[in-house]
Amino acid sequence: MDQFFQTALSWLLPGISVGGQYALIALGYTMVYGILRLINFAHGDIFTVAGFVMFYAITAMPLGAAVLFTIAVTVLLGFLVERLAYKPLRSAPRMSVMISAIGVSYLLQNLMWYITGGQPQQYPSLPWISDWINVGGIETKRVTVITPILTIVLIVLLLLLVKKTRVGLAMRAASRDFETARLMGIKINTVISVTFIIGSFLAAVGSFLFFSNYATVSPTVGTMPGLKAFIAAVFGGIGSIPGAVVGGFIIGICENIIRGAGYSTFSDAFTFALLILVLCVKPTGLFGEKLEEKV
Amino acid sequence: MMKQQSNKRTIVLGLILIAVMALLSVAAEALAGSVSGLSMLLVVLKKGTVYALLAVSMNLLNGFTGLFSLGQAGFMLLGAYTYAILAIPVAKRAGVFQYYDGGVVQFSIPEIFSGFLGDVVGSVIGMLLTLVLCGLLAALLGWLIGLPSLRLKSDYLAIATLGFAEILRTFIQFEGSAPLTNGSNTLRQYTTFQHLYPYVIIVGVCILLIVLLVNSTYGRAFKAIRDDEIAAEAMGINLARHKMLSFVISSFFAGVGGGLMAMYMSSVQAKGFTSAMTYEILLMVVIGGIGSISGSVIASFLFIGCSEWWLRFLDDSSNNIGSFQLLAPGFRMVVFSVFIMVIVLFFRRGLLGDRELPDLARRMKKSFRKEGKHK
Repeated sequence: MDQFFQTALSWLLPGISVGGQYALIALGYTMVYGILRLINFAHGDIFTVAGFVMFYAITAMPLGAAVLFTIAVTVLLGFLVERLAYKPLRSAPRMSVMISAIGVSYLLQNLMWYITGGQPQQYPSLPWISDWINVGGIETKRVTVITPILTIVLIVLLLLLVKKTRVGLAMRAASRDFETARLMGIKINTVISVTFIIGSFLAAVGSFLFFSNYATVSPTVGTMPGLKAFIAAVFGGIGSIPGAVVGGFIIGICENIIRGAGYSTFSDAFTFALLILVLCVKPTGLFGEKLEEKV
Repeated sequence: MMKQQSNKRTIVLGLILIAVMALLSVAAEALAGSVSGLSMLLVVLKKGTVYALLAVSMNLLNGFTGLFSLGQAGFMLLGAYTYAILAIPVAKRAGVFQYYDGGVVQFSIPEIFSGFLGDVVGSVIGMLLTLVLCGLLAALLGWLIGLPSLRLKSDYLAIATLGFAEILRTFIQFEGSAPLTNGSNTLRQYTTFQHLYPYVIIVGVCILLIVLLVNSTYGRAFKAIRDDEIAAEAMGINLARHKMLSFVISSFFAGVGGGLMAMYMSSVQAKGFTSAMTYEILLMVVIGGIGSISGSVIASFLFIGCSEWWLRFLDDSSNNIGSFQLLAPGFRMVVFSVFIMVIVLFFRRGLLGDRELPDLARRMKKSFRKEGKHK
């Protein structure tokens, strides 16, 4: 029994941890999709940029400053991407915006390749959260335990922001009906910028946690976690904040159970299979609202 | 009667064009071989030809039918692997499948045909048949994928097809299927076309077939679906059937393109067929103009030319002027992607929009005549 508990814990712990990281990235996808109906393909690359900025910042400044600097750069990048690449296409068909997102992703990856020389870099080991600790007889990094707690705290704060503040109200209005919200005097561009800023902030926090566990940063490393986080968002019901979190945790845990059972080649395939299953059976996801197609 | 004549005209013109292109490619090959500094020309032309087919097949789906699919890399992967596995000569199999006792496939289609049709004719026929097989398998996969995913709307379809491509890649790299696919090791030493002109002829014929399809009643139904699904359905177009048809045909040509790509690269590995490859082809389609076949063809040559050849000097750090080290490996791709973003943002219709080259020529002739009358 004890043995069983140990094995279960050794699979669950990393699962919950990765799940929390997916959840943080997924929030960026789900909030943007909720308002703009856009899969922000560049979000995974913004997450990778955060990893690289931290890698360079830590060599030049103390830890606290490096963390703040990374968050600032990531947020600025998210803001700029929206202003330069998505805002000019606001009245264009949805496909054009999605192509623009793919273009931004291509640009960011090439830019990172150019600046870093294409070599995977060793992520700095952050003090305290990278320390090894013992949880229930299992050796793990402290970040594994911190991630779910931090994720929950951030999500509660985010929910408060969305439900209780004026910006949050504007966001909900914009995601319900873009045009009407505009007519009601909501500054739609500000709302969208705030959404991108929050999403990028969460991606930066996610990158600290993710790379503390994975240790190497390369220009394309963000693609897979980005796609999986998007799947988490779809699974939970796109546009829904609690949905993204639940989706993130479920995908993280399932993946690690599959890995633990010895089928690690199939962990990515499983996630995509789950996506296709969800899309076919219940396209609105776990907590999603039904969208009506207008003729 | 009218219709048949115009079809005949397209076929004749198309065949003449293909013949001219093939002759030109023979000349280009001779030129690239004799003049130093032009060695990249052949690379660009070969790769560009293969990508032209891939871009046109994606345009058929995304541009003409309005189905936003991102599964291209998956169909290409299937085509490339089908070709590579079936065309490795038996004698070389032990070397390629060195960890798996020579693999489970113990025949090579080009060799079988060269057995009774002579070396040259036989292997060419064998290779062509293998390419058709690549397409058929990809079409079958397309049908299977289409069953669940074609019911999805725009961006959900995109992400689902992307998912299928990733799943396929996992299965090919899986240890369990390694005796067939060589797992995550490369497949190499299969028979390939050495010269440029076979690529040009095959791609030319495929694109001609797509042009004929687009000009047929099916093509008009595809465009109707793209412009307004509900109106198309009200006009009596069977949505599910036409969407599936477009998806399967596009998959077929993506599979053939994948086979050609395997030939051009002369070794394939599943690792390379990621979503990034699909994105590149999508960007070609966008640059050429969504819904323009000639645009896609031109764009793929421009795209490959820029990324492989004309912007190379940007990667060479010895070209730097002054102490500021701007030019370094990778800078080429940065400049290139900024280019693409400018097109995506400010020239959203691409080079040709949804028109074709002949349309443009006709229009120019017309405006020419008008100007003449004024004088």
